[in-house]
Amino acid sequence: MEGLTLSDAEQKYYSDLFSYCDIESTKKVVVNGRVLELFRAAQLPNDVVLQIMELCGATRLGYFGRSQFYIALKLVAVAQSGFPLRVESINTVKDLPLPRFVASKNEQESRHAASYSSDSENQGSYSGVIPPPPGRGQVKKGSVSHDTVQPRTSADAQEPASPVVSPQQSPPTSPHTWRKHSRHPSGGNSERPLAGPGPFWSPFGEAQSGSSAGDAVWSGHSPPPPQENWVSFADTPPTSTLLTMHPASVQDQTTVRTVASATTAIEIRRQSSSYDDPWKITDEQRQYYVNQFKTIQPDLNGFIPGSAAKEFFTKSKLPILELSHIWELSDFDKDGALTLDEFCAAFHLVVARKNGYDLPEKLPESLMPKLIDLEDSADVGDQPGEVGYSGSPAEAPPSKSPSMPSLNQTWPELNQSSEDTAIVHPVPIRMTPSKIHMQEMELKRTGSGKEAVADHTNPTSPLLVKPSDLLEENKINSSVKFASGNTVADGYSSSDSFTSDPEQIGSNVTRQRSHSGTSPDNTAPPPPPPRPQPSHSRSSSLDMNRTFTVTTGQQQAGVVAHPPAVPPRPQPSQAPGPAVHRPVDADGLITHTSTSPQQIPEQPNFADFSQFEVFAASNVNDEQDDEAEKHPEVLPAEKASDPASSLRVAKTDSKTEEKTAASAPANVSKGTTPLAPPPKPVRRRLKSEDELRPEVDEHTQKTGVLAAVLASQPSIPRSVGKDKKAIQASIRRNKETNTVLARLNSELQQQLKDVLEERISLEVQLEQLRPFSHL
Amino acid sequence: MAVCIAVIAKENYPLYIRSTPTENELKFHYMVHTSLDVVDEKISAMGKALVDQRELYLGLLYPTEDYKVYGYVTNSKVKFVMVVDSSNTALRDNEIRSMFRKLHNSYTDVMCNPFYNPGDRIQAFDNMVTSMMIQVC
Repeated sequence: MEGLTLSDAEQKYYSDLFSYCDIESTKKVVVNGRVLELFRAAQLPNDVVLQIMELCGATRLGYFGRSQFYIALKLVAVAQSGFPLRVESINTVKDLPLPRFVASKNEQESRHAASYSSDSENQGSYSGVIPPPPGRGQVKKGSVSHDTVQPRTSADAQEPASPVVSPQQSPPTSPHTWRKHSRHPSGGNSERPLAGPGPFWSPFGEAQSGSSAGDAVWSGHSPPPPQENWVSFADTPPTSTLLTMHPASVQDQTTVRTVASATTAIEIRRQSSSYDDPWKITDEQRQYYVNQFKTIQPDLNGFIPGSAAKEFFTKSKLPILELSHIWELSDFDKDGALTLDEFCAAFHLVVARKNGYDLPEKLPESLMPKLIDLEDSADVGDQPGEVGYSGSPAEAPPSKSPSMPSLNQTWPELNQSSEDTAIVHPVPIRMTPSKIHMQEMELKRTGSGKEAVADHTNPTSPLLVKPSDLLEENKINSSVKFASGNTVADGYSSSDSFTSDPEQIGSNVTRQRSHSGTSPDNTAPPPPPPRPQPSHSRSSSLDMNRTFTVTTGQQQAGVVAHPPAVPPRPQPSQAPGPAVHRPVDADGLITHTSTSPQQIPEQPNFADFSQFEVFAASNVNDEQDDEAEKHPEVLPAEKASDPASSLRVAKTDSKTEEKTAASAPANVSKGTTPLAPPPKPVRRRLKSEDELRPEVDEHTQKTGVLAAVLASQPSIPRSVGKDKKAIQASIRRNKETNTVLARLNSELQQQLKDVLEERISLEVQLEQLRPFSHL
Repeated sequence: MAVCIAVIAKENYPLYIRSTPTENELKFHYMVHTSLDVVDEKISAMGKALVDQRELYLGLLYPTEDYKVYGYVTNSKVKFVMVVDSSNTALRDNEIRSMFRKLHNSYTDVMCNPFYNPGDRIQAFDNMVTSMMIQVC
């Protein structure tokens, strides 16, 4: 559904309506019954309502969420204004008046009705002007044929009723509007605010008027008698037919209603609940139906044979074709006989039809025979099964029926799917790893002078690029991971690729979700329904994870799909980064990243590094003294070194911000790589965080030391010149520095190897794909 | 894919006939009409045996250049005729049988409707037939 923009008045109005319908106070889903009643109150023809429901997605979802409800209301307004129902019209129709709802049993609706009732008056009151629907004119004409006097009187009668209801939202002018209404009718039905299709009514009205008085009662349901009572409302089908009726016989209705026919009234009422909720049978109606059933078949558990039913329903004077259709709808088990439930459904449909409702294509769920009831009867056996379908065989599965979300079971699925869809938004795959790499590189460069880092990142980028799909997977993984909380990561420690990284995106390193099963961090963002990533979930060497992690929560959602444990790689967004990270990550940088989410922001790959930095900083700080302050910077930088530089960059830049992706990878990489030559970056990542942690720590220490050493380098020469101790100290320091650097070197080499490997694999993939492109 | 589906009453007048809109419907009507002879022939041939044993599914009635015509008859001598496109070689006999079975079931449902007078045109087939024509296509 496209986005819906609502004006303030609309917003308020809709939210009021929503809360009205949300009798269960779920705040999320409105009760379908209420919604349907509301729609009926809108006096739109059934098919229009059905269309609205389809358009707003309720039929697809099976329920009315807030957004669906709002869209539906908007569409009601659109329809009532006479515009064609289109999805686009939600936002394109400007100055749409608020949807009007004929007074129904509830005040709200009546209020609405009242409010909108008068065109002009309403308009005044409403923020939006409500031009009389074109249908009105028609309706009017149709109704003209009826007794105008009656309408007038009825209108008058109604008027008082309507004003009674103080529209919650509509301005107090509603009473006026009602009055106007009456005026209108008297005026010749100039404007029936109801937006019903006039023509529809006329024929029906005529047909109805043609029928006996009883029929008149039926048809006469005046359109929304504002509040008169449920019955009266019921009498007036929300559809336009009501309109015609209204003018024609509002009065009649009321009188008839009151007088007559309790039954008709009941029927009407029943009718009004035709749509899903509209189709629901009220108790009174049901009682009436049951009584009628008894007249034919005393045994409530028995059947009414087809012939008897035929006779009975023929009395309603509906055309045979319609009766046949009703039968098809209501004879659930297709046995040629009607059980009590089937009979009630059929009767209800007849009533609805008589009141002007269109017959649905499929049996509304509320009319379907209940299993329980069926069980009672002998033949029920079949029925339950059929009921299980959620629709009679002849009818489309309820899920499709607009009136009702077919089976409840579909709902959750739908929800799920919607959620999934919502959640799964694959983190932007960094198809161009270079970008991320670039970032990283830049970061690195800026942060530190270490070129290695840059190089590091570069190699990773190709790697990252290589498994583009991996990336996706990673992303998904990462997202998934985040969502699912690292569970994936754990499992996938073995995966080489960065796939796990994306999860880390989790917006903070915490996500890191250790590649290893431990997934300590699985803090991951609300686990989005894992979108099953078909492939590479783990395998992708790319730092999908990283990229994902970078992206933070949202992406994670998308990534969630990827179950593979790809260790939460630094956000995939930073694809390039992740590549780099991978090697680093292998060591379980992820953990690092998680620890210092902030740091990495910039480079996905280097997210790990940032962690490193943190560690390093901490370590270094401990170790170092003067350089301490420098160390934090240095450390971060140092740590990154291969990653160090990246780290530094990351750090310097702003650990927090970018970190998501960058940090994750960086941290991860940093943490792990320095410590141990990542045999496979991914693997490392997947390793348990515990492993990583220590590694990271070591690494950090190393880097710290390194940094320290490096930092102290300059001073060394000087000290050399001092006394022996100083020389020895400096020698020692140099040695330490040497070792640190050597270690760093080896690690970097390792990373380089990994990156190259990735690159190779990427290239292979590319080659594989290439031939296809030629095809 | 079924391009035309027809339900013929016992007295050999059509109760329901529907073709895919793209084709020339009249041609299909003719084909169905001519196939009735073949149906009768098959019925009489099989009629020697007891009715119970008579196979409801008649099989390929006759092939033409572009189409194949399949037949099916119920115990009440209501005939279903289906014209399928010859180009669709994937359609196996079983599939045709299942299609006829579905048709028969729908027809039974229609019969169960008390408001349906035997001998009237059948209005309720459309959904099912459409699905069949599309599905097969």
